[in-house]
Amino acid sequence: MRVAGQIDIAASPEQVWEFITDPERVLHFMSGITRWEVEGQQATGCGARYRMLMRVGSAEVGGTVEVVEYDELRDMAWNSVTGVDQRGRWRVRERAAGRTHVEFRLSYGVAGAGILGYVSERLSAPTVQNNIRRSLQQLKRAVEHEQLRRAAAERRSARASA
Amino acid sequence: MAEAPTAPQDHARNGHRKEGLNGSAAATGAESGHGEKPGSGGAGLAGLAGKALGAITGALGNRIPVADLDERDPDFIRERLPGLWLLSSLYFRGEVRGLGNIPERGPVLMVGNHSGGNVTPDTHVFTLAFCAYFGVERRFYQLAHNLVLSMPGLGILRKFGTVAASPDNMRKALESDAALLVYPGGDYEVHRPSWEGNRVDFGGRKGFIRQALRHDVPLVPVVSIGGQQTALFLSRGEALARALALDKMFRLKVLPISLAVPWGLNVGDMLGHVPLPAKITIEVLPPIHLREEFGADPDVDEVYDHVLRLMQETLDALASERRYPVIG
Repeated sequence: MRVAGQIDIAASPEQVWEFITDPERVLHFMSGITRWEVEGQQATGCGARYRMLMRVGSAEVGGTVEVVEYDELRDMAWNSVTGVDQRGRWRVRERAAGRTHVEFRLSYGVAGAGILGYVSERLSAPTVQNNIRRSLQQLKRAVEHEQLRRAAAERRSARASA
Repeated sequence: MAEAPTAPQDHARNGHRKEGLNGSAAATGAESGHGEKPGSGGAGLAGLAGKALGAITGALGNRIPVADLDERDPDFIRERLPGLWLLSSLYFRGEVRGLGNIPERGPVLMVGNHSGGNVTPDTHVFTLAFCAYFGVERRFYQLAHNLVLSMPGLGILRKFGTVAASPDNMRKALESDAALLVYPGGDYEVHRPSWEGNRVDFGGRKGFIRQALRHDVPLVPVVSIGGQQTALFLSRGEALARALALDKMFRLKVLPISLAVPWGLNVGDMLGHVPLPAKITIEVLPPIHLREEFGADPDVDEVYDHVLRLMQETLDALASERRYPVIG
């Protein structure tokens, strides 16, 4: 099953990238995700591994994922190593100065699960889709608030120095 | 599903004593306080009845598969997870809390209260939750009653990691760093009347504590509610089971009587039943490190009272959240 969502954020790709690649911030904006922990020594970049779980229905589903593609400020993709089969991708593109288009894609399933697998994927899709939609909205809010907070801090320090 | 066995025995097949089911019944019954003296089945009508009993016991003993922890098949489990998810999420509206309390790695003995007759929805819901949370790669075994494993068509359970309840299987599982789920109350608890549904009742079985001490593993209580609302359980039928010598033949101390779909009056529940779609809620409690909390040589009775009290308090709290039977 493949679900995706996209949103425009009034911020630069650098500011968005900072949020989505920081494992400590993921739980702050990802809806439905109950765990996103670094496994091993590497926290970011290609080869970094995370233990992730998303609540879907009666279970927290996920496993260990590994970042397999890390194109700075553009793409980050991961594949599952253990647990449910999944592949995820953040796609970040600059639309105009100070505006960034962000897309989140997630494919998941259980190979060999047959008709029950198909039915469960279909039935779980709305929950996962809602989680993605909410996550993108929360990411937008978090990034834009962070930008406003920084701008206010700069104004305060400018006033103080004047 | 299973009661925790107590003491090492001579093993022939499947970690059970050579006399098969009868011997196991004696072993577990002795510590549970529900048992009979071994070998008393041949008394009374003597000869003929004794031989018939022995033949039935032997035949069933042969049906119990040889214990092999390697029969657990992670790929098989992974492929069944979607089906379990559908059952758990849509039918039982399962809710499992506190899985983070289970140690991330290493052997652990999880102790649950058991409900739902021979169809145990709490086990289905918990198995899905555990396998989804930790991944099917983590070794996870469940101890089950001999009769469950000897039933035709239930061989599938072995692929899920279900093994017969015996000290040997318990030792093997824990030595392989697995998470092991036991239901000390077993058949005694699972068939308690519906109006005792909110009561943890292990029937005095304390073998799980001795095993946790012997293998020095943490105990993790797992409390569930809702299973006893999947049918109207009327009586355990203990007297009936004794009269029919089921305790000697099958380690069955009960012959439950219930009102269940589709049978109506359901005696024995041997063919199972269609469970009502009761909401199942499960709460996993923090691990109990016995020697850290109770000293180098813990008193089993004291630990038993502590575990039971913790579980009962949690069950009471879960019960207070429920507004309606079945619906939850």
